[in-house]
Amino acid sequence: MSSTTAAVAPPANRKKNSLSDGQGRLAALLLSPTLAILLIVVIIPVIMSIRESLYFRNDGIDPATGMVAGGDQFVGLGNYINAFMSASGEQVTGVWGTMPRLTNAFINNMFFTVVAVSIETVLGVIMALIMSKAFKGKGLVRASILIPWAIPTIVSAMMWKLIFDSDGVANKIIGSKILWLQDNLYSQWAIIIADVWKTAPFIGLLALAGLQTIDTQVYEAADVDGASKWKQFWQITLPLMKPALVVAVLFRTLATMAIFELPWGMMGPNKYSVETLSTFAFTEARATRYGPAAAYSVLMFLLVAFVAFLFIKLLGADVIGDEEVKAVSAQKKRAKLAAKDHSGTAGGGAARTITSGEGQQ
Amino acid sequence: MTSPELTRRSLLIGTAGVAAVGALSACSSPSPGASAGTGGATGLDWTKKGPINYVQGKDTSGFVQPTLDVWNAAHPDQKVTLVELSDKADEQQQKMIDNATTNGSAKYDVLSVDVVWTAQFAANKYIVELPADQFKTDGFLKPAVDACKYFNKLYCFPSTSDGAMLYYRKDLLDAAGVTAPPTTWDEMVAAGKKVQAANPGIGIWGGQFQKYEGLTCNFAEWLNGGGGNFLDDATGKPTVNTDAAQAGVKAMAGYFADGTIPAEASTWQEEPSRQAFQDGKLVFLRQWPYIYSLANKTDGSSKIAGKFAVAPLPGKAGVGVSTLGGHNLAITATASNPGTCKDFILWWTDKAQQKANIIKTSNAPTYEALYTDAELVAKFPYLPVLQKSIANAKARPKAVKYSDVTLAIQDAAYGIVKAPTSDVKAALDTLQTKLTALTA
Repeated sequence: MSSTTAAVAPPANRKKNSLSDGQGRLAALLLSPTLAILLIVVIIPVIMSIRESLYFRNDGIDPATGMVAGGDQFVGLGNYINAFMSASGEQVTGVWGTMPRLTNAFINNMFFTVVAVSIETVLGVIMALIMSKAFKGKGLVRASILIPWAIPTIVSAMMWKLIFDSDGVANKIIGSKILWLQDNLYSQWAIIIADVWKTAPFIGLLALAGLQTIDTQVYEAADVDGASKWKQFWQITLPLMKPALVVAVLFRTLATMAIFELPWGMMGPNKYSVETLSTFAFTEARATRYGPAAAYSVLMFLLVAFVAFLFIKLLGADVIGDEEVKAVSAQKKRAKLAAKDHSGTAGGGAARTITSGEGQQ
Repeated sequence: MTSPELTRRSLLIGTAGVAAVGALSACSSPSPGASAGTGGATGLDWTKKGPINYVQGKDTSGFVQPTLDVWNAAHPDQKVTLVELSDKADEQQQKMIDNATTNGSAKYDVLSVDVVWTAQFAANKYIVELPADQFKTDGFLKPAVDACKYFNKLYCFPSTSDGAMLYYRKDLLDAAGVTAPPTTWDEMVAAGKKVQAANPGIGIWGGQFQKYEGLTCNFAEWLNGGGGNFLDDATGKPTVNTDAAQAGVKAMAGYFADGTIPAEASTWQEEPSRQAFQDGKLVFLRQWPYIYSLANKTDGSSKIAGKFAVAPLPGKAGVGVSTLGGHNLAITATASNPGTCKDFILWWTDKAQQKANIIKTSNAPTYEALYTDAELVAKFPYLPVLQKSIANAKARPKAVKYSDVTLAIQDAAYGIVKAPTSDVKAALDTLQTKLTALTA
């Protein structure tokens, strides 16, 4: 670790910071292929989508010839405004009552995300606790817990569709005739059950990684102090597992916000009780209304980005996990503080001593 | 967009949308400002010949390439190359639209078009008008030809047709003393009740009432069977809340309410309904011809092999009205060799060629005389019934915005199917309003 003095009074060399080893140019060169691919497969499509969302295809029909006028026209933010103002337009009736289709999809999205991710987190932590214990057949249990995660989502959607058929296994087990696939409240729970089944192992896996970093000495000390197992879980396991768990929950939240295969594969399009923003946008695109579809996708993109931002800010999700990056930002902070101290009342800042250890926390 | 393809669509359906956002930008590639369709019907040179591409959905029966080989052997300078698309109707449609609007890399010349896409493709100038003097439709089934027309002009040429039939348990009806298949709904329910008395727990009538294109077909049959019509034949204006239309839909709602149609039919597509019939859970089933041979299989998959027969669909006051399905051949606006396209289409739909195709695929022919062809009838005993069904069939509304029209119909129909005691008139009034806006 570099000395603190260098940070407080940067020497006048060409390096931007003391942690850089002057190989920035090489790093940029080595990274450029990756960046070029990202540009092609991520950034350009996103920009094209945003551009598309500002157009609307002229779909008026000439009453004499029956021909479509055709051509795209620039509508500015019209597609976005319509998305929010469509209260007078297309109303659909899902589980949440009659409302504009976009609102309905948004509420479904939020409902799925909150309910499914909550259940997945609880189950995932339990799975991690089981997987971390040493017992006979541990390998088998770990493998079997991970199988759902390894199955492609669309395949599990087909599988659950069979299970939730009116003559399916689910109804046989509970001994009733619930029409899960009918587009109703049960359909929502069918989706949630399938999603939990598939992705709780993912949280379990990441939580397990967090669990294994906890030093057993901490538990031994707690045992010596007479802490109950319950107390150990809340006071030791959970706080120490939190960094890994928050990242797992963040990933799951973002993925569930964009949930597509399960509602589409199990229920199909235009099922308002399970329609989400992505299935709605896809349906619109298939109806050749590319402009509005792109607008909905951009809205979803913004929503997901906003949620990710909240997670990082409020829960301190450490997505990057790069010690060097953190050290650099900590160093900047120290430099800023030092500069403030210097410009403050003369000698007033002398009382503050900064160590690199403090800066890292 | 009818029959067997639909049943398999669900198997792979999500794969296309795995990355919905990414896919979106890919789908939406037509650059804003570029007008769809460039060629006009008049601009084609019908004498120009040369190699062409023929585009259709996945060839599940494996007969297309061998048939094309026959053509190619006879026309080495006018080779026809097969372009196979997805086995799912909506993905085929999407691909054809994409190709028409983006100058896609592969050149599409002849398209196999589902009956319900005709209006959309014609109005957007994806496909061209076919001159009536060169494409003669004599001898073809009239409903199939009508389905090819948009604004009274021919835009495609009928290659296969499809119609629904009433499959009934002949053994059970015979045992119950019912000698002839029912021709009206009342007769059907009466016969079904008699069978039910001897076989408690059996459902009387099944169809495809899951919310998808099949629901539009089934709902149309009830609405039309009561004497109604989606669009007025003369004016093209929606007429879904007339008394006749209400009568048909109310009958359907009533049968759902009293359990004549089992409630789980609201989750059935083609295959689950076939399964229920094959498992002996239904007396009557409304289905396409494709299940005839499947339900007659003696390998143990069907419990009713040899125990059922077919009849035309029943209606309110007599023989009912089937929904018309099928595929037609059309020429794209960008076709490079219209002369070859024309010759190929006429060859493909020719009586002798259709007969050869039908034997391999068991699709319904569009050439009327084939329905009474002794050889075909021996192989497909249902053909005379199917002919009656198609002769009386009605096409789904010809609408440029068909995907919106069918969704409006499905919304109304599924609301009634899920809550059969709800207000049918109110649902149809809403549908009338929506259709009026969509067909304006």
